[in-house]
Amino acid sequence: MIPAAFEYSRAASLDDALAKLRATNGAGKFIAGGHSLVPLMKLRLSEPKVLIDIARIPGLSGIRKQGDRIEIGAGTVHHEVATSALLRQACPIVSEAAAGIGDPQVRNRGTLGGSLAHADPAADYPAVMLALDADISLKAPNGVRTVKASDFFRGLFTVDLAADEIIVSVQFNPVKSAAYAKLYQRASHFAIVGVAAALGVSDGVIRSARIGLTGASSHATRLAEVEQALTGKPASKQTIEAAARVAGAKLEPVNSDIHASEEYRRAMIPVFTERALTRALERAS
Amino acid sequence: MSQVSMTVNGKVRKATVDPRVLLVYFLRDQLRLTGTHIGCDTSQCGACTVMIDGRSAKSCTIFAVQADGSEITTIEGLATNGQLHPLQQGFWEEHGLQCGFCTPGMIMAAVTLLKDNPSPSEREIREGITGNFCRCTGYQHIVNAIQHAATKR
Ligand SMILES: Cc1cc2nc3c(=O)[nH]c(=O)nc-3n(C[C@H](O)[C@H](O)[C@H](O)COP(=O)(O)OP(=O)(O)OC[C@H]3O[C@@H](n4cnc5c(N)ncnc54)[C@H](O)[C@@H]3O)c2cc1C
Ligand code: FES
Ligand code: FES
Repeated sequence: MIPAAFEYSRAASLDDALAKLRATNGAGKFIAGGHSLVPLMKLRLSEPKVLIDIARIPGLSGIRKQGDRIEIGAGTVHHEVATSALLRQACPIVSEAAAGIGDPQVRNRGTLGGSLAHADPAADYPAVMLALDADISLKAPNGVRTVKASDFFRGLFTVDLAADEIIVSVQFNPVKSAAYAKLYQRASHFAIVGVAAALGVSDGVIRSARIGLTGASSHATRLAEVEQALTGKPASKQTIEAAARVAGAKLEPVNSDIHASEEYRRAMIPVFTERALTRALERAS
Repeated sequence: MSQVSMTVNGKVRKATVDPRVLLVYFLRDQLRLTGTHIGCDTSQCGACTVMIDGRSAKSCTIFAVQADGSEITTIEGLATNGQLHPLQQGFWEEHGLQCGFCTPGMIMAAVTLLKDNPSPSEREIREGITGNFCRCTGYQHIVNAIQHAATKR
C-alpha cells in the first residue's frame, strides 16, 4: 500500500515543530511513532502534504518526578512506560496499561502523545489518564495551556487540541491503588472494553474513586455512577461487587462492531470494572 | 526526494528516497536485502520486523526517512563470519520453521526479547512474539528454538 506523496522534515525543538507546522498552512501533520498515522496514510484515510517528525525532539520523551507529581513526556514510547521503575513502583496502572498495548514492536515505536492525540475509541491510555485525573500540557506558538483529561477527550477521534498545538507532556499525582483491566481484541490487542480504576483508601474506607472506561463508546469517559457507589463505603469485596454491577448501565450509545456486539460490551463492562477494582484494592494494602 | 544515511548491518548506506517509501521497501528494493519479508503490509504480522537502534520494529509501518541516522539490523546482519547467530542456530536445531516466511521477522523479534530478558519462561517467550504470526508451525517449535538459543548462549 502506497501513501499519497508528502514532504518530510524533522523538528529540532518544540518551537521548531510549531513553526514548521504553521508554515504548512494546515496541510501538515506531526508524526511521532507513526503507529496510528502510517496505517491511515497507507489507506489514504489521511493525506498530509507535509510530515513533521517530532520523534527526536530532545526532552520530549522521558518519565520524571516533579515534586509529588509524575510527568511523562509526550514522546515517550510505550515500552519505556511499561518498564519504568518509577511508574511500576509509584503508579503501576500506567505501566500495566502500556505493557498491554499491541505487541512489543508497536510498544517500541508508539508514543503516549500520539495515542492521546489520535484518541482511538479503543485506545488504552485515555482511560488511565481519566482515572488519574491527569493534566495534559499543550504548547502553541503563543504559550502553554493545561487541559484536564476529563475535558480533553471530546468525541470519536476528537480531542481538545487546536490545529497549531502540540502535546508536550502529561502530569498526575501517582496512585498506587489503581489498576487497568481490559478485554482485548485478539489480533490487535485494542480494548473491546477497558476499565481503569483509581481508589483513595484510608482506614478501610474508600475515600475517593475515579473510573475511566475505554473501548465501549465513541471516546473514553468516566463512570460517575460507579464512582458514587464506591465513595465513602467500606473497602470490601461487597462494595466492589455492588458498584461494578451498575457500571455502564447509563452509557449511551454503546459501540457495536465486528469485534463485539453492544450486548456483549454491556455485559463485559461490569466484569472488567470488578476486575480493575479488585486489583486496585489489592494494591491499596 | 530526501537524502537518507543509515547504518545497515554495520555498513553506512546513503541514498535518495521518496519520503513515502516504507523502510521495508527501501531495504528490499533499494538495498536488495530481501531477507526481510512483507506479509500483511498492515502492521499485524511481524514478517517485516527489523531492529532499529537496537529494538524490534515493523519496517512496514515506518518510512525510510524516519530511520535516517539510525542503525538497522536485518536478518542478513545476524551471522558473524559465517557463524550463525544463536537464534538462527536454535531455529535450525529445533526445526523452528516450515515454509520459513515468518522466520526472519520472528528471529528479529526474538533478538529483542532475549536482549531484554536473557532467560525467559515459556510464557514470556510467547508474549515476546505476540507481534509475529506464523501460519505453519503452531508456534511450539518456535518457542523451543528460542529456548534453545537462550540456554546455549
Ligand atoms: C498493530 C497495532 C496494534 C495496536 N494496539 C494498540 C492497543 O492495544 N492499544 C492502544 O492503545 N493502541 C494500540 N495501537 C496504537 C498505538 O498505540 C499507536 O502507537 C498510538 O495510538 C499512536 O502513537 P504514535 O506515536 O504512533 O502516533 P502517530 O501515529 O505518529 O500520530 C498519531 C496522531 O497523533 C498526532 N500526534 C502525535 N504526537 C503528537 C503530539 N505530541 N502532539 C500533537 N499531536 C501529535 C499525529 O499528528 C497523528 O495525527 C496499536 C497500533 C498498531 C499498529
Ligand atoms: S508486513 Fe509488516 S507487520 Fe505484516
Ligand atoms: S514457518 Fe511458515 S509462516 Fe511460519
